[in-house]
Amino acid sequence: MHLAQLNIAHMRAPKDSPELADFVAALDPINRLSDEAPGFVWRLKGGDAPQDTVEHDYGDHLLINFSVWESRDTLWDFTYRSAHLGVLQRRREWFLRMAEPYSVMWWIPRDHVPTLAEGMERLELLKAEGPTPRAFTFKDFYDSSEAAWRPAAAEVRK
Amino acid sequence: MSSDDLDTVAALHDPVRRAVYDYVASRGCEVGRNEAAEAVGVQRTLAAFHLDKLVEAGLLEAGFKRLTDRTGPGSGRPSKVYRRAPGEWQVSVPARDYRTLARTLAEVVDLLGGDEQAERVARRAGAGLAGPGEDLGEVLRRRGYEPYEEEGRLRLRNCPFHLLAEEHPLLVCSVNLALCQGLLAGLGEEAVAARLDPRPGECCVAFSKEDL
Repeated sequence: MHLAQLNIAHMRAPKDSPELADFVAALDPINRLSDEAPGFVWRLKGGDAPQDTVEHDYGDHLLINFSVWESRDTLWDFTYRSAHLGVLQRRREWFLRMAEPYSVMWWIPRDHVPTLAEGMERLELLKAEGPTPRAFTFKDFYDSSEAAWRPAAAEVRK
Repeated sequence: MSSDDLDTVAALHDPVRRAVYDYVASRGCEVGRNEAAEAVGVQRTLAAFHLDKLVEAGLLEAGFKRLTDRTGPGSGRPSKVYRRAPGEWQVSVPARDYRTLARTLAEVVDLLGGDEQAERVARRAGAGLAGPGEDLGEVLRRRGYEPYEEEGRLRLRNCPFHLLAEEHPLLVCSVNLALCQGLLAGLGEEAVAARLDPRPGECCVAFSKEDL
Protein backbone atom coordinates (compact mmCIF):
# COMPACT_ATOMS: atom_id res chain seq x y z
CA MET A 1 0.00 0.00 0.00
CA HIS A 2 1.01 3.59 -0.60
CA LEU A 3 0.07 6.61 1.46
CA ALA A 4 -1.79 9.46 -0.27
CA GLN A 5 -1.92 12.92 1.27
CA LEU A 6 -3.98 15.93 0.28
CA ASN A 7 -3.45 19.43 1.73
CA ILE A 8 -5.45 22.53 1.03
CA ALA A 9 -4.57 26.09 2.01
CA HIS A 10 -6.38 29.39 1.56
CA MET A 11 -4.06 32.02 0.14
CA ARG A 12 -4.27 35.46 1.72
CA ALA A 13 -3.93 37.06 -1.71
CA PRO A 14 -3.79 35.99 -5.37
CA LYS A 15 -0.87 33.79 -6.32
CA ASP A 16 0.73 36.51 -8.48
CA SER A 17 0.51 39.18 -5.76
CA PRO A 18 3.56 40.54 -3.92
CA GLU A 19 2.26 39.02 -0.65
CA LEU A 20 2.67 35.53 -2.11
CA ALA A 21 5.98 36.20 -3.90
CA ASP A 22 8.18 34.44 -1.33
CA PHE A 23 5.90 31.42 -1.35
CA VAL A 24 5.87 31.20 -5.13
CA ALA A 25 9.67 31.52 -5.14
CA ALA A 26 9.88 28.55 -2.75
CA LEU A 27 7.71 26.30 -4.98
CA ASP A 28 10.46 25.20 -7.33
CA PRO A 29 13.11 24.26 -4.72
CA ILE A 30 10.54 22.59 -2.45
CA ASN A 31 8.94 20.63 -5.30
CA ARG A 32 12.39 19.45 -6.35
CA LEU A 33 13.14 18.47 -2.75
CA SER A 34 9.92 16.46 -2.56
CA ASP A 35 10.43 14.73 -5.92
CA GLU A 36 13.92 13.64 -4.82
CA ALA A 37 12.96 12.74 -1.25
CA PRO A 38 13.25 9.08 -0.16
CA GLY A 39 9.84 7.41 -0.42
CA PHE A 40 8.31 9.94 -2.84
CA VAL A 41 6.02 8.19 -5.34
CA TRP A 42 3.85 10.74 -7.16
CA ARG A 43 2.65 14.32 -7.04
CA LEU A 44 -0.25 15.95 -8.84
CA LYS A 45 1.34 18.60 -11.04
CA GLY A 46 -0.37 21.74 -12.26
CA GLY A 47 1.75 21.96 -15.40
CA ASP A 48 5.26 21.58 -16.73
CA ALA A 49 6.62 24.81 -15.25
CA PRO A 50 8.20 24.33 -11.81
CA GLN A 51 5.95 26.97 -10.25
CA ASP A 52 2.66 25.71 -11.71
CA THR A 53 0.17 24.80 -9.01
CA VAL A 54 -2.76 22.39 -9.24
CA GLU A 55 -5.71 23.73 -11.27
CA HIS A 56 -9.13 22.99 -9.77
CA ASP A 57 -12.75 24.10 -9.42
CA TYR A 58 -12.86 24.22 -5.64
CA GLY A 59 -12.70 27.99 -5.32
CA ASP A 60 -10.30 30.86 -5.92
CA HIS A 61 -7.35 31.30 -3.57
CA LEU A 62 -7.40 27.62 -2.69
CA LEU A 63 -3.98 26.02 -3.04
CA ILE A 64 -3.92 22.23 -3.33
CA ASN A 65 -1.06 19.90 -2.70
CA PHE A 66 -1.55 16.22 -3.45
CA SER A 67 1.10 13.52 -3.26
CA VAL A 68 1.71 9.81 -2.71
CA TRP A 69 4.43 8.30 -0.52
CA GLU A 70 5.80 4.87 0.34
CA SER A 71 5.24 5.20 4.08
CA ARG A 72 4.29 7.44 6.94
CA ASP A 73 7.93 7.94 7.92
CA THR A 74 9.09 9.05 4.47
CA LEU A 75 6.24 11.57 4.23
CA TRP A 76 6.94 12.72 7.79
CA ASP A 77 10.65 13.19 7.15
CA PHE A 78 10.00 15.23 4.02
CA THR A 79 7.29 17.34 5.67
CA TYR A 80 8.95 18.08 8.99
CA ARG A 81 12.59 17.03 8.68
CA SER A 82 13.71 18.83 5.55
CA ALA A 83 13.88 22.43 4.31
CA HIS A 84 10.11 22.09 3.85
CA LEU A 85 9.72 22.78 7.59
CA GLY A 86 10.97 26.35 7.17
CA VAL A 87 8.29 26.99 4.52
CA LEU A 88 5.60 25.49 6.76
CA GLN A 89 6.62 27.77 9.59
CA ARG A 90 5.99 30.82 7.44
CA ARG A 91 2.52 29.55 6.42
CA ARG A 92 0.70 32.30 8.32
CA GLU A 93 2.34 34.95 6.11
CA TRP A 94 0.73 33.44 3.03
CA PHE A 95 -2.29 31.43 4.14
CA LEU A 96 -5.33 32.03 6.32
CA ARG A 97 -5.71 30.11 9.52
CA MET A 98 -8.08 27.20 9.04
CA ALA A 99 -10.56 26.10 11.66
CA GLU A 100 -11.44 22.93 9.73
CA PRO A 101 -9.14 20.04 8.85
CA TYR A 102 -6.95 21.00 5.87
CA SER A 103 -4.87 17.87 5.53
CA VAL A 104 -5.91 14.26 5.07
CA MET A 105 -4.19 10.93 4.43
CA TRP A 106 -5.38 7.53 3.32
CA TRP A 107 -3.93 4.28 2.00
CA ILE A 108 -4.14 3.34 -1.67
CA PRO A 109 -3.07 0.21 -3.59
CA ARG A 110 0.42 0.56 -5.04
CA ASP A 111 -0.80 0.67 -8.65
CA HIS A 112 -3.58 3.21 -8.03
CA VAL A 113 -3.23 6.81 -9.22
CA PRO A 114 -5.68 8.83 -7.14
CA THR A 115 -7.80 11.67 -8.54
CA LEU A 116 -8.28 15.11 -7.04
CA ALA A 117 -12.00 14.39 -6.57
CA GLU A 118 -11.09 11.31 -4.56
CA GLY A 119 -8.79 13.38 -2.37
CA MET A 120 -11.39 16.07 -1.74
CA GLU A 121 -13.89 13.33 -0.80
CA ARG A 122 -11.43 11.99 1.77
CA LEU A 123 -11.06 15.46 3.23
CA GLU A 124 -14.85 15.77 3.49
CA LEU A 125 -14.92 12.37 5.15
CA LEU A 126 -12.37 13.54 7.73
CA LYS A 127 -14.43 16.67 8.38
CA ALA A 128 -17.63 14.66 8.75
CA GLU A 129 -16.46 11.68 10.79
CA GLY A 130 -13.14 12.63 12.30
CA PRO A 131 -10.10 10.38 11.80
CA THR A 132 -10.97 6.86 10.62
CA PRO A 133 -8.94 4.23 8.74
CA ARG A 134 -10.32 5.76 5.52
CA ALA A 135 -9.32 9.36 6.22
CA PHE A 136 -6.81 10.25 8.88
CA THR A 137 -3.97 12.53 9.93
CA PHE A 138 -0.41 12.29 11.27
CA LYS A 139 -1.78 12.87 14.75
CA ASP A 140 -4.42 10.14 14.49
CA PHE A 141 -2.69 7.76 12.16
CA TYR A 142 -3.92 4.37 10.94
CA ASP A 143 -1.63 1.63 9.65
CA SER A 144 -2.36 0.20 6.22
CA SER A 145 -3.41 -3.09 7.81
CA GLU A 146 -6.21 -1.27 9.65
CA ALA A 147 -7.26 0.59 6.55
CA ALA A 148 -8.65 -2.00 4.15
CA TRP A 149 -9.20 -0.14 0.90
CA ARG A 150 -12.74 -0.59 -0.30
CA PRO A 151 -13.68 1.77 -3.12
CA ALA A 152 -17.35 0.98 -2.58
CA ALA A 153 -17.29 1.99 1.05
CA ALA A 154 -17.46 5.71 0.30
CA GLU A 155 -20.43 5.15 -2.00
CA VAL A 156 -22.41 3.14 0.52
CA ARG A 157 -22.34 5.97 3.02
CA LYS A 158 -23.79 8.58 0.66
CA MET B 1 6.09 6.69 35.77
CA SER B 2 5.97 2.93 35.34
CA SER B 3 8.28 0.69 37.32
CA ASP B 4 9.50 -0.66 33.96
CA ASP B 5 10.98 2.72 33.12
CA LEU B 6 12.79 2.73 36.44
CA ASP B 7 14.26 -0.73 35.72
CA THR B 8 15.36 0.42 32.28
CA VAL B 9 17.07 3.52 33.59
CA ALA B 10 18.63 1.52 36.43
CA ALA B 11 20.43 -0.53 33.78
CA LEU B 12 22.61 2.56 33.24
CA HIS B 13 23.82 2.64 36.84
CA ASP B 14 27.05 0.70 36.21
CA PRO B 15 29.72 3.23 35.16
CA VAL B 16 31.24 1.04 32.43
CA ARG B 17 27.82 0.23 31.01
CA ARG B 18 26.93 3.91 31.11
CA ALA B 19 30.13 4.77 29.23
CA VAL B 20 29.32 2.12 26.61
CA TYR B 21 25.79 3.51 26.22
CA ASP B 22 27.01 7.11 26.00
CA TYR B 23 29.52 6.11 23.34
CA VAL B 24 26.96 4.32 21.14
CA ALA B 25 24.49 7.21 21.58
CA SER B 26 27.14 9.79 20.71
CA ARG B 27 28.02 8.04 17.44
CA GLY B 28 24.51 8.32 16.01
CA CYS B 29 25.15 5.25 13.83
CA GLU B 30 25.75 1.51 14.20
CA VAL B 31 28.72 0.61 16.37
CA GLY B 32 30.62 -2.68 16.50
CA ARG B 33 31.87 -4.42 19.65
CA ASN B 34 35.55 -3.73 18.96
CA GLU B 35 34.91 -0.06 18.38
CA ALA B 36 32.92 0.29 21.61
CA ALA B 37 35.55 -1.63 23.60
CA GLU B 38 38.34 0.57 22.29
CA ALA B 39 36.44 3.80 22.85
CA VAL B 40 35.62 2.94 26.46
CA GLY B 41 38.96 1.26 27.18
CA VAL B 42 37.74 -2.17 28.25
CA GLN B 43 38.17 -5.72 26.97
CA ARG B 44 36.06 -6.73 23.98
CA THR B 45 34.23 -9.43 25.98
CA LEU B 46 33.30 -6.95 28.73
CA ALA B 47 32.07 -4.43 26.16
CA ALA B 48 30.02 -7.19 24.48
CA PHE B 49 28.53 -8.15 27.85
CA HIS B 50 27.40 -4.60 28.57
CA LEU B 51 26.18 -4.00 25.01
CA ASP B 52 23.98 -7.08 25.21
CA LYS B 53 22.69 -6.08 28.66
CA LEU B 54 21.72 -2.69 27.19
CA VAL B 55 19.85 -4.46 24.38
CA GLU B 56 18.07 -6.60 26.98
CA ALA B 57 17.03 -3.45 28.84
CA GLY B 58 15.68 -1.96 25.60
CA LEU B 59 18.14 0.96 25.55
CA LEU B 60 20.04 -0.28 22.48
CA GLU B 61 19.05 -2.22 19.37
CA ALA B 62 21.26 -4.92 17.89
CA GLY B 63 21.67 -6.02 14.29
CA PHE B 64 24.24 -7.64 12.02
CA LYS B 65 26.32 -5.80 9.48
CA ARG B 66 29.52 -6.27 7.52
CA LEU B 67 31.94 -3.77 8.97
CA THR B 68 34.49 -4.08 6.15
CA ASP B 69 34.04 -3.30 2.47
CA ARG B 70 35.03 -6.83 1.50
CA THR B 71 32.27 -9.13 0.28
CA GLY B 72 32.09 -12.69 -0.95
CA PRO B 73 33.96 -15.77 0.31
CA GLY B 74 36.62 -15.00 2.92
CA SER B 75 35.15 -11.69 3.95
CA GLY B 76 33.94 -13.24 7.20
CA ARG B 77 30.63 -13.25 9.01
CA PRO B 78 28.73 -10.00 9.51
CA SER B 79 29.48 -8.44 12.93
CA LYS B 80 26.98 -7.71 15.62
CA VAL B 81 26.33 -3.97 15.70
CA TYR B 82 24.46 -1.70 18.08
CA ARG B 83 22.64 1.58 17.93
CA ARG B 84 20.46 3.53 20.31
CA ALA B 85 16.84 2.32 20.56
CA PRO B 86 14.26 4.92 19.58
CA GLY B 87 12.16 4.87 22.78
CA GLU B 88 12.43 7.29 25.67
CA TRP B 89 12.23 6.69 29.39
CA GLN B 90 11.27 9.06 32.09
CA VAL B 91 11.67 8.56 35.78
CA SER B 92 10.52 10.88 38.52
CA VAL B 93 10.23 10.14 42.19
CA PRO B 94 7.57 10.73 43.36
CA ALA B 95 5.56 10.21 40.15
CA ARG B 96 4.90 13.40 38.16
CA ASP B 97 3.35 13.43 34.72
CA TYR B 98 4.56 16.54 32.93
CA ARG B 99 4.34 14.75 29.59
CA THR B 100 0.55 14.51 29.63
CA LEU B 101 0.33 18.10 30.82
CA ALA B 102 2.66 19.25 28.01
CA ARG B 103 0.62 17.34 25.41
CA THR B 104 -2.59 18.88 26.67
CA LEU B 105 -1.18 22.40 26.70
CA ALA B 106 0.35 21.97 23.25
CA GLU B 107 -3.06 20.98 21.91
CA VAL B 108 -4.60 24.05 23.53
CA VAL B 109 -1.96 26.35 21.98
CA ASP B 110 -2.72 24.74 18.60
CA LEU B 111 -6.47 25.22 19.05
CA LEU B 112 -6.06 28.83 20.09
CA GLY B 113 -3.57 29.53 17.30
CA GLY B 114 -1.18 30.79 19.95
CA ASP B 115 2.08 29.78 18.23
CA GLU B 116 3.46 33.29 18.15
CA GLN B 117 2.86 33.88 21.84
CA ALA B 118 4.37 30.46 22.58
CA GLU B 119 7.50 31.43 20.62
CA ARG B 120 7.79 34.73 22.49
CA VAL B 121 7.51 32.97 25.84
CA ALA B 122 10.03 30.35 24.71
CA ARG B 123 12.54 33.01 23.68
CA ARG B 124 12.28 34.55 27.13
CA ALA B 125 12.50 31.16 28.84
CA GLY B 126 15.57 30.28 26.75
CA ALA B 127 17.36 33.43 27.88
CA GLY B 128 16.91 32.28 31.47
CA LEU B 129 18.48 28.87 30.82
CA ALA B 130 22.05 30.11 30.45
CA GLY B 131 24.20 32.80 32.00
CA PRO B 132 26.53 35.23 30.18
CA GLY B 133 29.80 33.64 29.07
CA GLU B 134 28.76 30.02 29.60
CA ASP B 135 29.85 27.55 26.94
CA LEU B 136 27.12 26.95 24.35
CA GLY B 137 28.03 23.28 23.78
CA GLU B 138 28.04 22.60 27.51
CA VAL B 139 24.65 24.28 28.05
CA LEU B 140 23.16 22.26 25.17
CA ARG B 141 24.69 19.02 26.47
CA ARG B 142 23.23 19.69 29.90
CA ARG B 143 19.80 20.17 28.37
CA GLY B 144 19.97 16.84 26.51
CA TYR B 145 20.50 18.14 22.97
CA GLU B 146 23.63 16.00 22.40
CA PRO B 147 25.49 18.59 20.30
CA TYR B 148 28.20 17.60 17.80
CA GLU B 149 30.22 19.53 15.27
CA GLU B 150 29.88 19.06 11.54
CA GLU B 151 31.26 21.31 8.81
CA GLY B 152 31.55 24.34 11.06
CA ARG B 153 28.07 23.89 12.50
CA LEU B 154 26.98 22.73 15.89
CA ARG B 155 24.25 20.17 15.19
CA LEU B 156 21.99 18.51 17.75
CA ARG B 157 21.66 14.75 17.68
CA ASN B 158 18.77 14.56 20.15
CA CYS B 159 15.49 16.43 20.32
CA PRO B 160 14.65 16.81 24.02
CA PHE B 161 10.99 17.32 23.04
CA HIS B 162 10.82 14.38 20.63
CA LEU B 163 7.47 12.94 21.74
CA LEU B 164 5.71 16.30 21.59
CA ALA B 165 7.47 17.22 18.37
CA GLU B 166 5.97 14.10 16.77
CA GLU B 167 2.46 15.21 17.73
CA HIS B 168 2.76 18.95 17.17
CA PRO B 169 5.79 19.39 14.92
CA LEU B 170 5.12 22.93 13.76
CA LEU B 171 4.45 24.26 17.23
CA VAL B 172 7.17 22.35 19.05
CA CYS B 173 9.89 22.94 16.44
CA SER B 174 9.09 26.69 16.43
CA VAL B 175 9.13 26.81 20.22
CA ASN B 176 12.39 24.86 20.26
CA LEU B 177 14.00 27.26 17.78
CA ALA B 178 12.85 30.25 19.84
CA LEU B 179 14.19 28.57 22.99
CA CYS B 180 17.59 28.09 21.33
CA GLN B 181 17.62 31.70 20.12
CA GLY B 182 16.77 32.86 23.64
CA LEU B 183 19.54 30.68 24.97
CA LEU B 184 22.06 32.48 22.75
CA ALA B 185 20.75 35.80 24.01
CA GLY B 186 21.17 34.59 27.60
CA LEU B 187 24.76 33.60 26.87
CA GLY B 188 25.39 37.00 25.31
CA GLU B 189 26.51 35.12 22.20
CA GLU B 190 26.05 37.43 19.22
CA ALA B 191 28.41 35.83 16.69
CA VAL B 192 26.40 32.59 16.52
CA ALA B 193 22.86 32.10 15.19
CA ALA B 194 20.36 29.31 15.80
CA ARG B 195 18.56 28.29 12.61
CA LEU B 196 16.21 25.59 11.41
CA ASP B 197 18.20 22.94 9.58
CA PRO B 198 16.07 19.82 9.97
CA ARG B 199 17.17 16.36 8.93
CA PRO B 200 15.67 12.96 9.73
CA GLY B 201 16.22 11.62 13.22
CA GLU B 202 17.71 14.78 14.75
CA CYS B 203 16.69 18.00 16.43
CA CYS B 204 15.55 20.60 13.86
CA VAL B 205 17.93 23.35 15.04
CA ALA B 206 21.61 23.88 14.19
CA PHE B 207 23.99 26.62 15.32
CA SER B 208 26.34 28.39 12.97
CA LYS B 209 28.30 31.63 12.66
CA GLU B 210 25.95 34.58 12.20
CA ASP B 211 27.17 35.33 8.66
CA LEU B 212 27.03 31.74 7.37
